[in-house]
Amino acid sequence: MENTSNNYQNIPGWGVDTDPNDNPNYPIKNYNGDDHQRLDWTRPPLQPVTVEILESVEQARMPAVFGTKLPPSGVSGMLRRYAFKYDESEYGHWLNLLLADRINVVEGILHDLSHFRIPNIFAEKGMKADWKYNRKELVTKIIVATAVTTAIVFWLKKKDRKSG
Amino acid sequence: MLAMNYRGPFRVRAQQKPLPEIQHPEDVIVKVDRACICGSDLHIYHGLVPDTRVGTTFGHEFIGEVVEKGADVNKLNIGDRILVPFNISCGRCAFCKQGLYSNCHESNPEATAAGGIFGYSHTCGGFDGGQAEYARVPYGEVGPMVIPPDIHPDDAVLLTDVFPTGYQAAEMGGIKKGDTVVVFGAGPIGIMAARCAWFFGAARVIVIDRIEYRLEFARNFSHCEAYNFESLEDPVLFIKKTTGYFGADVCIDAVGCEAAGSALQWITGRVLMMQAGSATALHWAINSVKKGGIVSIVGVYGPTDNLVPIGNVVNKGITIRADQCSVKRLLPKLIHHIREGYIEPRQIISHHIPLKEVSDAYHIFSAKLDNCIKTVLIP
Repeated sequence: MENTSNNYQNIPGWGVDTDPNDNPNYPIKNYNGDDHQRLDWTRPPLQPVTVEILESVEQARMPAVFGTKLPPSGVSGMLRRYAFKYDESEYGHWLNLLLADRINVVEGILHDLSHFRIPNIFAEKGMKADWKYNRKELVTKIIVATAVTTAIVFWLKKKDRKSG
Repeated sequence: MLAMNYRGPFRVRAQQKPLPEIQHPEDVIVKVDRACICGSDLHIYHGLVPDTRVGTTFGHEFIGEVVEKGADVNKLNIGDRILVPFNISCGRCAFCKQGLYSNCHESNPEATAAGGIFGYSHTCGGFDGGQAEYARVPYGEVGPMVIPPDIHPDDAVLLTDVFPTGYQAAEMGGIKKGDTVVVFGAGPIGIMAARCAWFFGAARVIVIDRIEYRLEFARNFSHCEAYNFESLEDPVLFIKKTTGYFGADVCIDAVGCEAAGSALQWITGRVLMMQAGSATALHWAINSVKKGGIVSIVGVYGPTDNLVPIGNVVNKGITIRADQCSVKRLLPKLIHHIREGYIEPRQIISHHIPLKEVSDAYHIFSAKLDNCIKTVLIP
């Protein structure tokens, strides 16, 4: 499908944005000198802080708006608070946050269970779509997993019998 | 209300949540009409973006109807149908005033490197997203725009991110008439970037990916050449050869942190998480572009480090341009392009799926089942 001629000029819209006066082709910024005023701009009204918000140590002040969903809590929250002691260029910041995310997954399952909800992990992973569109691979995975599990159980039982 | 609910890597479900409330005088509450799943949503779905808390509602590409507004919202009215750019921007900080709406300094307490984004982890401000029946939209008068009556809702929802981001990818490439442009990635953004490269006068557009049905879609929608890198011995060498051993004028990385194609990158970036994802596409882009060429990055990477051949950037005198798209800046022009018939973005939508089936929708998109290109959720 290589374009060896000028056929490409018939593609709808070809060349419509080549006018150098039409736009800055290089949208680094429409520089207006405001950078030199630093943070001295007329601020929007400030959203009241009603929950714990973790703030980057690189921020001079709380931005005017922010999300208030899911304030830090539990063990993951403790780790997130610790992570925010580091600046954004430190591994201590990001790796602690990733670890907190993984702990938070376990907390999420415990939260479900404590609210009498058993998470349907297979449904959450979209296995229904696999059954519909990817059945062969799904069945193969199930057969392989069943075979491996059966082999391990069989081997462990055999080992028990020998040691007994 | 029903909302998408993140439970951990590869696990999401639809669940009832409290309705959002006005928390700031410039907020509006939107009754969501439709919301896309973005390719970058897959990075948080896969657990790669730090500070993605269990219970978060994703979704930064959505349109809907204004049902409630704060005291300082004057230009929007109840009942207006608006499209909501994925950037949360104040319009008043030094960055917004210079058109860098994606770099707003008044919308994200958790990080200075990124502006606020709907439903994209607490690293991007901790806002709930639009994959829900209702969403809170801060700075309602700044970013959002009333949808013109002649714009199809499916085109409108693609104007919130994918079309502008693809366009900006091409724009940042500084494409000149006659240029050869190589786009790495045939996802929705890559397909759109390839299509938009023609607007800037490209003479040749090449897309590289490994998913055959997407390459076929790119050939048709983007009018480009498209190659499967698994069938090329070495994609960098292929590009060198096909450009007369010169290199492409412009390379675009439209893949980001989940690129296939290099075992080393995959193991260190995805399995061991020793770097912020797999940077194979960026690696190839740097090595495929000509000396003095431009590499445009719109693929999303994590906030730590990546293995890229920075020495070659120096030695080849490459310019790298990158940013999250400043959607608001581009909307008038892109609406014009739709009206003129240059492009019909909604052609890339392959699936409309009810929000209550969000688990399946994510898996279909993530596992590339049923020839999925772009998924729209309908609350």
